[in-house]
Amino acid sequence: MSPEGIAASLSDGMTIGIGGWGSRRKPMALVRAICRSPVRDLTVVSCGGPDVGLLCAYGKVRHVVAPFVTLDTMPLDPWFRTARQRGDIGFTEYDEGMFMFGLLAAAHGLPFLPTPAGMASDVLRVNPGLRTIRSPYPTSASRPGPISAQEEEQDTGEELVAMPPLRLDAALVHMNRADARGNGQYLGPDPYLDDLFAKAARHCYLSCERLVEAFEGPVQSLLISRMMVAGVAETPNGGHFTTCEPDYGRDEPFQRRYAAAASDPAEWRRFRSRYLDVDEGSYQREVSQR
Amino acid sequence: MTPSGPWTPPSTPATRAEMCVTACADAWRGDGEVLAAAMGTCSTLGARLARLTFAPGLLTTDGGALLSRDPLPLGRPAGPAADATAEGWLPFRDHLWLVLHGRRHVMMGAAQLDRHGRSNISCIGDWSQPTAQLLGARGAPGNTIRNTTSYWIPRHTRRVFVDRVDMVSGVAATDAHDLRRVVTDLGVLDFDGPGRTLRLVSLHPGVTVEEVCDNTGFDLHVPGDGVRTTRHPTERELHLLRDVLDPDGLRAREVAE
Repeated sequence: MSPEGIAASLSDGMTIGIGGWGSRRKPMALVRAICRSPVRDLTVVSCGGPDVGLLCAYGKVRHVVAPFVTLDTMPLDPWFRTARQRGDIGFTEYDEGMFMFGLLAAAHGLPFLPTPAGMASDVLRVNPGLRTIRSPYPTSASRPGPISAQEEEQDTGEELVAMPPLRLDAALVHMNRADARGNGQYLGPDPYLDDLFAKAARHCYLSCERLVEAFEGPVQSLLISRMMVAGVAETPNGGHFTTCEPDYGRDEPFQRRYAAAASDPAEWRRFRSRYLDVDEGSYQREVSQR
Repeated sequence: MTPSGPWTPPSTPATRAEMCVTACADAWRGDGEVLAAAMGTCSTLGARLARLTFAPGLLTTDGGALLSRDPLPLGRPAGPAADATAEGWLPFRDHLWLVLHGRRHVMMGAAQLDRHGRSNISCIGDWSQPTAQLLGARGAPGNTIRNTTSYWIPRHTRRVFVDRVDMVSGVAATDAHDLRRVVTDLGVLDFDGPGRTLRLVSLHPGVTVEEVCDNTGFDLHVPGDGVRTTRHPTERELHLLRDVLDPDGLRAREVAE
């Protein structure tokens, strides 16, 4: 598939999950294609980075579900901040462990997963729909190590957050390598939560640095199975400007330009017309020629 | 790690940043074989310094998915995966497992911190439409409920030490697993004040109690029997910090003199 083809398979109001983490191995070619497409009113589920920022900048987002949005070497994304501070978007804010449990619950077809994370914090206040549940087992059963007599006596079952599943209409992830049938391989140090996004979604779309006939490297690096995948696009440098190790690191000067352009409307118009309101091939040519 | 090159005693006294690094390092004293997870320059250096000196059992990372075989110099790239610098693999999902498992002492930052130890890294102002959107809750709720947690605050001001945080991302000392200490550019605090509230423990050299209180947005508990001076780094600690862990002097960018 092409990035445009993948973007065209999304429809208004969908909930889409985006793999990667912060400003790392984000399917940016697919995000750019969505920015150019007519799709709107998306709910974006992400360990957020510039994917969330760009989609906010293009007015594609109705709601963000995330434990954080960061550019890593720059702590904050300007467009997500602007959207939040203007009240343009809804936000569901979770602890990052809760967020992972939401994907795990969806991937396993479970109605919730219990976790202590979130208790006593304002995550419960800002998500009034979140429910808690009392453990049907003694609290100490969940802890490693021996139980003291006092603990056993006082043990009444812990109150836990019941994290609901983060079910996705579509997931977008970027892999180092993939085959034409949709098997995906990561070669960097961290799988992030990409396979969980794929398993939590009705349809998963892969972009990859390079399509291969056969995979090289350990089988443990084959992260995504074709049984979860609806389409693949070969998008060389498609994670740019985020990291895609070991193929390339983050383009820090470009990330700084992205962030700086957000604070000046004229500069943002120039940035958009040169890099974003053009097809992926033109984007890559402009990036390589600057 | 065996520091290379001939050892020479430090010629200049410890800077404020170096006092902060050793104060951060001391937070992990006695923790044994746990992951020292640090956010910020001085706290990261503190974790690595602790491991090189009095806490050899600590586990430290390269800042990414690798547990490092030895503490690495800050700001220098780590090697490729599973080369000689790694003793383990801790991608984000395993890090989130470790948070619930609990064998971890994290030193976080905070945009706001109240006297009860509630912290905020999420946003400033009303949550529904904040005046300043920050990171989001990130791992703070899980960290504080299951892990030993300390804070590193590079600038001790009334903007940080507030009467009431705008969003509770890290939970209060009374709800937390174990809030251990708060290191700032002015001194060290813990949560042994009345009702598990913040208490001033030590002042960095040249800092007064009045200066700390003036920069704190609530009545800080100051023990009646006096406040000691923060421990001075040893000559070996200064050498490791200056010549091994932070040869580029990144610590001075976080805490100026």
